[in-house]
Amino acid sequence: MNEQQLRGVVTGALTEVAPETDPGAIDPDRDLTEQLDIDSMDFLNVIVAINEQTGIEIPERDYPKLSTLNNAVAYLAAAQKQGAGA
Amino acid sequence: MPSLGADMESGTLLKWYVKPGDAVKRGDIVALVDTSKAEIEVEIFEEGVIDELLIPEGARVPVGTVLATVRPNAAGTSPAVSATVKDEAAAPPPTPAPEPAVAPAPTGAAQPLRAAISEDHRLRVSPLARRAAEQLGVDLSEVSGSGPNGAITKADVERASSPAVAAPITRAAAPALAAPAAAPAVTPTARQAAMREAIGALMARSKREIPHYYLELQIDMSGALEWLHQANLARAVNDRLLPSVLLLSAVARAVVEMPEMNGFWIDGAFQPGAGVHLGVAISLRAGGLIAPALHDADQKSLGEIMAGVRDLVARARAGRLRSSEMSDPTITVTNLGERGVDLVHGVIYPPQVALVGFGAVRERPWAVDGMLGVRPVVTATLAADHRASDGHAGSRFLTLIERELKKPEEL
Repeated sequence: MNEQQLRGVVTGALTEVAPETDPGAIDPDRDLTEQLDIDSMDFLNVIVAINEQTGIEIPERDYPKLSTLNNAVAYLAAAQKQGAGA
Repeated sequence: MPSLGADMESGTLLKWYVKPGDAVKRGDIVALVDTSKAEIEVEIFEEGVIDELLIPEGARVPVGTVLATVRPNAAGTSPAVSATVKDEAAAPPPTPAPEPAVAPAPTGAAQPLRAAISEDHRLRVSPLARRAAEQLGVDLSEVSGSGPNGAITKADVERASSPAVAAPITRAAAPALAAPAAAPAVTPTARQAAMREAIGALMARSKREIPHYYLELQIDMSGALEWLHQANLARAVNDRLLPSVLLLSAVARAVVEMPEMNGFWIDGAFQPGAGVHLGVAISLRAGGLIAPALHDADQKSLGEIMAGVRDLVARARAGRLRSSEMSDPTITVTNLGERGVDLVHGVIYPPQVALVGFGAVRERPWAVDGMLGVRPVVTATLAADHRASDGHAGSRFLTLIERELKKPEEL
């Protein structure tokens, strides 16, 4: 998946747990849980949705690396590259 | 119309999922009802065949109104069900039919649809209500309870004794408040306003009637969280546990030893809950909150609690909770720490007698064995009803929760 597609996966997962969110209005550098008022259960559901669509397993200790939209996309792109290289 | 929470006075029947002649069994979902807070799926706890639907779709009726009648099966009923049938068959039948279950009697033999009040069908009556019934000459088996788990309260007895509504199982007792029409479309704004009103009324009642006392305890979570991270390494993304699951489990296990915190205050007396049904406070995205029951939480594994909470959150937000989940909670847990605050002084959800709150887990300086270290710490609070317990018991309850969190492998 290219970066654009990964971004689509993340925003898709976010709008799933926060349906009233306008994907275009997400500030890509602002903390997601605070910005979208999502709790740990919502966040876990986002991680699960990303896993289902990309196959990327995000370990719990890496959750903080997905704190913003830009961070999340960068993390997934790197994880994908690593997975392909291995 | 079952009482789906102490703040509910009436409900709108949105949809019937059954029709006359349909066979139903315990736990089947028979109708969709709109309280002011949410749409709730109403379960049935009788076994038999739907006899007649008494309330049309779209009608708004008060709590306690009979929605439908169900004819019990002649064979294959469990003891619990036949007990109920016996209780309610004590209502005046038109003729003393020797075998009412089989007799093609008109309405008398058909049983009122006791929607989803409880798994336990013995007659629940508060002592005060029993006394009132004796004084007023009311047959308790004819009274439909509006308290938790279908308990009959003094108010129910008084209502039943007043001639206008003396016959709760006849059709006359089921006046529709609104003309049967297409199910009213509830706008989000109207729903919001109704929810604020319902929460406001209930919380005002709580603060007016319940002499709250508050306690708090800081709990070192390092052992519990360390254990949780290790456990999650071995779990697939889908099965991972959240820290809140440990907190819920700890409360459920601790309250088993503190039965005076688990139950209801009704008509001047404490009634212990049948089982530990944690009310899990869930905030709704559009605003407002709802605290449906996680049934028998003390019997569940962490994985089961996680799955249960996940399911509750999803259905609460989709507006698909079940009637038993609304009426059964015996103690409420709120985890407001999710939103970043350090502690919460809760307002008890009447007629429950206790509410446990958790703040955010934060790293704090923590002294152990004469050494200062940094530990993840959560502040647990208890709001409890002073009529049902004292600070001594409340304090013991919080330390029991702490004890449970010190041995996460046993949760």
